[in-house]
Amino acid sequence: MMISNGIEDEEKWLAEGIAGIQHNAFYLHRALDANNLREALKFSAQLLSELRTSRLSPHKYYELYMRAFDELRRLEMFFKDEDRHGCSVVDLYELVQHAGNILPRLYLLCTVGSVYIKSKEAPAKDVLKDLVEMCRAVQHPIRGLFLRSYLAQVSRDKLPDIGSEYEGEGDTVMDAVEFVLQNFTEMNKLWVRMQHQGPLREKEKLEKERNELRDLVGKNLHVLSQIEGVDLEIYRDTVLPRVLEQIVNCKDELAQYYLMDCIIQVFPDEYHLQTLEILLGACPQLQPTVDLKTVLSQLMERLSNYASSSPELLPEFLQVEAFSKLSNAIGKVIEAQADMPIVGAITLYVSLLTFTLRVHPDRLDYVDQVLGACVKKLSGKPKLEDSKATKQVVALLSAPLDKYDDIVTALTLSNYPRVMDHLDAGTNKVMAMVIIRSIMKNKTCVSTSDKVEVLFELIKGLIKDLEGISTDELDEEDFNEEQNSVACLMHMLYNDDPEEMLQIICTVWKHIKAGGPKRLPFTVPPLVFSALKLVRRLQGQDGDVAGEEVPATPKKIFQLLNQIIEALSVVPSPELALRLYLQCAEAANDCDLEPVAYEFFTQAFVLYEEEVADSKAQVTAIHLIIGTLQRMNVFGVENRDTLTHKATGYSAKLLKKPDQCRAVYACSHLFWVDDQDGIKDGERVLLCLKRSLRIANAAQQMANVTRGSSGPLTLFVEILNKYLYFFEKGNPQITSSVIQGLIELIKTEMQSDSTTANHASDAFFTSTLRYIQFQKQKGGAMGEKYDPIKL
Amino acid sequence: MEIYEVHDYLRTVCPDLHITRGEYDEDTRYLETKTLTIGQFKLGVCHGHQVIPWGDLESLAMLQRQLDVDILVTGHTHQFTAYKHEAGVVINPGSATGAFSSITYDVNPSFVLMDIDGLRVVVYVYELIDGEVKVDKIDFKKTTTSTNLTH
Repeated sequence: MMISNGIEDEEKWLAEGIAGIQHNAFYLHRALDANNLREALKFSAQLLSELRTSRLSPHKYYELYMRAFDELRRLEMFFKDEDRHGCSVVDLYELVQHAGNILPRLYLLCTVGSVYIKSKEAPAKDVLKDLVEMCRAVQHPIRGLFLRSYLAQVSRDKLPDIGSEYEGEGDTVMDAVEFVLQNFTEMNKLWVRMQHQGPLREKEKLEKERNELRDLVGKNLHVLSQIEGVDLEIYRDTVLPRVLEQIVNCKDELAQYYLMDCIIQVFPDEYHLQTLEILLGACPQLQPTVDLKTVLSQLMERLSNYASSSPELLPEFLQVEAFSKLSNAIGKVIEAQADMPIVGAITLYVSLLTFTLRVHPDRLDYVDQVLGACVKKLSGKPKLEDSKATKQVVALLSAPLDKYDDIVTALTLSNYPRVMDHLDAGTNKVMAMVIIRSIMKNKTCVSTSDKVEVLFELIKGLIKDLEGISTDELDEEDFNEEQNSVACLMHMLYNDDPEEMLQIICTVWKHIKAGGPKRLPFTVPPLVFSALKLVRRLQGQDGDVAGEEVPATPKKIFQLLNQIIEALSVVPSPELALRLYLQCAEAANDCDLEPVAYEFFTQAFVLYEEEVADSKAQVTAIHLIIGTLQRMNVFGVENRDTLTHKATGYSAKLLKKPDQCRAVYACSHLFWVDDQDGIKDGERVLLCLKRSLRIANAAQQMANVTRGSSGPLTLFVEILNKYLYFFEKGNPQITSSVIQGLIELIKTEMQSDSTTANHASDAFFTSTLRYIQFQKQKGGAMGEKYDPIKL
Repeated sequence: MEIYEVHDYLRTVCPDLHITRGEYDEDTRYLETKTLTIGQFKLGVCHGHQVIPWGDLESLAMLQRQLDVDILVTGHTHQFTAYKHEAGVVINPGSATGAFSSITYDVNPSFVLMDIDGLRVVVYVYELIDGEVKVDKIDFKKTTTSTNLTH
């Protein structure tokens, strides 16, 4: 009884079996050496009796079998040599049948049978048929499987195959096929029956053991595939139907899965392609628990590899309608396997899609059809929660993107967004990111507003809050990454035609304006720059054509820009909005649109006054205001005065004196623009510089009071440099004597305050003096100009 | 905007990364100006929107004197320029991405590599013009007499 303590007992039984084999082998060898046939038969039969055990697991039984097998090889050599035993093979074939026990008898019969066929004293088919029939006598699964495996082994090289020496005289390849099929069928029956051996509680162990034996059965299919004579016709008409019949009829999950896979692996792809209908037809007839998604995926992968091996194969795929056959089969399998989890179904669609994309890359309708089938499967169900299933849907949606390197193709697939709708919000965003990355990676230009519309509909999970998720719950780093991706995406939306480009911008704006306060600071700037680029393209082409409606004009775009930036300013994101207003103002300047430019400046100033409170932010903002205003040439005197007056006013009202001083001297540039038509108001330049000097003085006095030292003289040196600047530019108000005075002032201050030596301002002053020296030595007009200044 | 992705990318180019603040940078950790010494050269880095008029050589030269550097690197205009000025160099490597600029029309993406060797610096300029990369080389030698190093 094999109950508890199984493993230890088994070891013992195996050792006993091996000992038995070794013992008998010893006498067998003696008999063979003595060419004693009778003794040889006796001991070999005894030796083979060890294989009659029922106590070993397949694994251990195999070990025992291999020992016996080695001895049988020796015996076969002996049988072959008639001179040694003096018995004809025909007689020998009779003689071995006298062995007492059935199992040793059949092993001996197979061994002699092999010699018999080789001797060609009887047709191979007769011997094979005899052997395969006789083996039926052993019905114990393990013993039978190994016996038949032995038969398959010794007969392998003796099949009447085409071109083999055993072919002819009535022996045809069909006999070989018949023999192997019969052996296969019997082996499979034994294998399937194995599960009913032993108590139910050991079912799991049994299945594991059974699985270990599968290759013994599968070997037959391998032998079939090796038979030269099995051409497509024989395969289609005999081999495949017979094998499938056995597979379907055995109604065993393990066997069905393994053997289907085996068929796909061992037979050539061109046979599969030509027999798709037969092979696929078997699938819905299999047990509902068979893992058909793996089987079919394997098949489709092999077929697509096959298709890509040569372009000449494509017509064959079309001729046999491979896609629709696969598609139908998958539909039927999903229908037949009602309990298949959703992930299984989607995995099947992913495989089919991969097949389609590889074999029929031009057939977008196929792709859409697969997606459509998937939608059908998903519809009526709640959003996917199963993470594995979600992953498969992402794979499904990613496949066309990877294949076409071009999102635009995916945008034409009507079922694409419908599949996306079945994703939960999180996965929807993941997918949106996949789409954006694909666009970025392939540098795909999305060139019409219609496509932009579809695209933004697809990535809406990133564009606005979806129900159930508010931006507060999001991981900030992820959120920033997503929004930066959306910002990058904007650069890929482009059309050469200004009309269409404006449409694109309007479409994007329509989508992103619902983005809320956290998204707008990311999404508005790239859209503004995109619009400004368009403005630049239209620049100069403006002018209201009389009576004709010109759709895309800078004016129109500026109106839109005003709206867009205003939305940003109320978010509120005033500093960013201020910068963008200034960019627009300069663009309006370049378009010669004074009122528009003035309006943008007004908006910027309003924000500065009302929204920019932080003193550091004010410093940066005022520099940007001055920097931009300095470049404007569209303004008439009145507007210009208003704006420069405001700017200098803001400058003088900055919190920190040094900031005030620097902003005020920067304002001097508002009155002196160094080009041909630029304003050159030397007096007001001087006013600014004088004013900044006064502030520098005040700053120094303040430092004296609060810190007991006058502080660094950097501001004075900076102002000195500004004097030099306008001096060189020929501002008549800036004379060499004014500069001389300033130099002396700084020198005196430095000497009086030697205690607080400041490297930075000292070096600055030194390098400024060196610069003056450099200019003096330059000679020419500049040298002459600098000549009066003494160092 | 704080774009860590870009930050990380730049670190793969050179782990010794120095950043100064641009007008759209919200991160206050970035300084307005920065100086560093590489070999015999003192370099100054500044975005440039603080220097008015924007991109003006004489005004940048003033900043160069103020920072007391041999080489001043600035940006903001999105246009590559390199000037020898007095005893130093003022370089604007332009915009690596070729982003829109209200100052420069038709921005060509560009960047520079500086090879500093002893008293010599070679500036390699890479500019993408109509899809083709144009490489230029500018040589600059520092005369020992004009050394600005005050330390």
